[in-house]
Formats: sequence, structure tokens, C-alpha cells
Amino acid sequence: MKDTILEVKNLTVELDREKIICNLSFKVKEGDTITILGPNGAGKTVLLKTLLGILPYRGEIKWKEGIKVGYVPQRLPFIKTLPMSVKEFFKLKEEREKEIKKILNSIGFSDDFLNKKIANLSSGQFQRILVGFALLKNPEVLLFDEPMSGIDISGQESIYKLLERLKKEKNLTILLVTHDLSVVFKFSNYVICLNKCPICQGSPKEILTLENLQKLYGQELRFYQHYHQH
Amino acid sequence: MEQILLSLICGVSIGATAGYLGTLMLSKRMSLVAGPLGHLTLPGITLALIFGFDVSLGAFPFVILGIFLIWLFERKTKLPLEALTAIVFATGVSISLLFLPIEKAEEALIGDISKVKFLDTLITFLLCLFVFLLTKSIYKKMVLISISEDLAKSEKIDVKKYNFLYLLCIAIIVALGVKVVGGLLTAALVAIPAASARNLSKNLFWYSFYGILFGILSSLFGIFFYKIFNISAGPTIILANFFIFLVSLVFKK
Repeated sequence: MKDTILEVKNLTVELDREKIICNLSFKVKEGDTITILGPNGAGKTVLLKTLLGILPYRGEIKWKEGIKVGYVPQRLPFIKTLPMSVKEFFKLKEEREKEIKKILNSIGFSDDFLNKKIANLSSGQFQRILVGFALLKNPEVLLFDEPMSGIDISGQESIYKLLERLKKEKNLTILLVTHDLSVVFKFSNYVICLNKCPICQGSPKEILTLENLQKLYGQELRFYQHYHQH
Repeated sequence: MEQILLSLICGVSIGATAGYLGTLMLSKRMSLVAGPLGHLTLPGITLALIFGFDVSLGAFPFVILGIFLIWLFERKTKLPLEALTAIVFATGVSISLLFLPIEKAEEALIGDISKVKFLDTLITFLLCLFVFLLTKSIYKKMVLISISEDLAKSEKIDVKKYNFLYLLCIAIIVALGVKVVGGLLTAALVAIPAASARNLSKNLFWYSFYGILFGILSSLFGIFFYKIFNISAGPTIILANFFIFLVSLVFKK
């Protein structure tokens, strides 16, 4: 039996008196890769932030005692206003240079990458650096917000491969948020469909039926259903 | 001779500290805030000049008031910082112009460090040292917070505490800055060295190093020219800063 890492019960989040998430319950077990799927504005990012303890909520969020969580945010628009090297960015979190180099190598960069200026990185490289940042201090769980937004297809592929590999190497549990259905089939063993209120959850094969997708996405679904058949 | 030494110590320690702190303000897009804060000190400076006590002492409570007002307005209205800047700026200047005796106007607006006393200088130096060390101790955390508050919070950083310490640093340096360059120009003291430094730096280390260096150099130049040509030190320091900025454009990385 695998350990339960996170248990969420009847979670409700309201911001500025607007209900963003209603009555969501789910469990995460060690080694799971869970996708939270939903259209834009469905409350996916809010859910991640709530799980991180950044936003107020009602209901119950129970993490396994002493667990370490890494967070990969969707965008960091202000980071390019600062002259900062990759090494300095990592050092905001972890002092030991040996650890920093280890992580840097594990996300596929060599040591000389440390002195690169963050503002000069491509979006794909920067995304990997963000994954690296989240992996410092050895978290057991990774919360990942829209892993492929703003990255071209080849960059997306390599983020997946990277995550697959890291997952095996470090025995990571991953929760990722996306509006992109293809992610679900490639990558996850459990899906939560969210559009403010939970629509459905379960393994991708059981859950991603035409009817459920219709509920989740409305008119866009033909394309997605087609994708599903492959 | 001794007087010029005191002026130099005052000017250089304020310049260095403001330049260092400024590198954080630029990243947080906060350098504009130093503007209205500086202007809001004018009523305090006016009081100090009328009743004959230290201008920084008069300025400090008004900076605190200014920080509170901007914080309150932003919370209540969600107006952009620039709009609030204009509101606060005009109010501060208007109030002081109502009461400011005209013969004291120059000192209030553009500062005067030509007559600082020994005790003044000592207190200024110690306060600068305090702000410098405090800035150094919160620097990395503030960089992370300015990149992303969410990311900082996910690292269990107490964002409110660090923002408070950061604002405290700003309040002190703005209040000290009015001594050197007056209520009108303090924003430049924090903003310009950082802007020049950013042009030249490829990482944070050089960025903060140049920020400090340019703060020091501009104060040195300003006071040097004041001594030689007998012109006001405050505006000269700012002009020296502008000159360094122009040079930094040429060598921009």
C-alpha cells in the first residue's frame, strides 16, 4: 500500500466574494502523477496556490507530515528586469554550490550554464531552470502550473521527458495543472476535471468521455475527442 | 577643511546606501515611490526649518505617513502607482509651499550639507550603516519576493515582515536623503545609480556593486564641484548621477 501524501476534503476557495473553487475532494498517493484539467479561468492556478498555503480556504487540506513541496509557477514576468545569473537565481534558495550543480546537471545543463544571464535564456531553457529551482532542497512533491505554456513543441517534448526521468530518479509525486488535454494521456495516471466545481475524476481512460469533456469544455471538444482516439 | 570632511562623510555614506537600496527598488519597480515619499517630506522639512531642528528628523514621520498613505490608497483603489504618485506629490508640495518661508525654500527643496555638524554626521553615518546592513540581510529574500510573491510564499518566506523591513530602509534613507539633495530630488538618489548599474551588469553581484559605487562617486563629484565652483551640492550630485548614467549607456551590456 502506498502512502497517502495529500488529502483534500470539501475544499472551497472564495476570492473577492467570488467562488473560484467549490467543494473539491481528492487524494494523492505517493508516486502519483495527477493532472488537473480545465479551461482557462477554471481555478486551476488558484487550486495550486491554495495547496501551497498561499490563499485562504474552507474545508480541509491535509499534507503528509513534514513533506517538502516544490512549486513551478506559470510565469515570472519580473525576473527579466533584473540582471541575474542562473547561479544567483538558484542561490536565492540553496547556498551549497555542489547541490546547485547536481540539480543543474539533472535538468540537462552543464556547469558553465551557471553564469548565463537569466534574461538571455530561451523560454524552454527558462522553464527547465524553474523546474530546477523547484527541485532544490529535495522536495518529494512537485506542483507544476501549465508546464508547456509559451514553449514550442520540441521544448514541450523535452520538458515531459525531463519530468518522466526526474520522476523515476527522485521518486517524485507530481501534480500538474493544464488546459491541454494531450498532457493527460502522455503523462498522468489520474485526472481531476475542474471548472470551478469538480466535473469528474479518475483514470484518464475512464474519465475522458465525450460527455464529460462536453461538460468541461463546451464547443471545443470535437477536436479533443478526435485526439483521444489516437 | 574639517567642514568639507563632514560634508563628504555625510554625502558619501548616504549616496552609497541609497545606491545599494536603489538596486532593490528598481527590481521591485518601486523607485517611483521614492519620488512622492521625498515630496511628502517637504511639510516635515518646512516644520524643521521654521522651528530650527534637523531636517531629517522632521522628514522621517512624514515619510512614514507617506508610506502608509500610498499603501492605503493602493489597497483601496488599485490605481496604478504612477497616479498615486501624482496625487501624493502635489499634496506634499502644496502643503509645504503654504507655510515654507521663502528664504528657506532653497534648503528645503534642494538640500544643504555644507553646514552639517559633527554629531549630525555621526548619526547619519551610523544610520546609513544600519540601513546598509539591514538591506544586505534582506537582499536575497527581497529579490525572490520581487520576482514572485507566490514563489517566495511557497518557500515559507514571511513576505509581510520583509516588506516591512524594506519599507523601513526606504523611509530612513529618504529622510536622510533630504539632507543632501532636498525634498525634490531624493528619488533620483536611489533611482539613478541603480539604473546606471543595470546598464552595466550581467549579474546581481555587479549590479549591487555598481549601485554602491555610483552612489559614492556622484556624491564625491557633487561635493567636489560645490567646493570648487561654489554651486549647490544637491543638484550637482544629481547631475553627476545623470552623467554617469549617460556614460553607462555607452558601455551598456
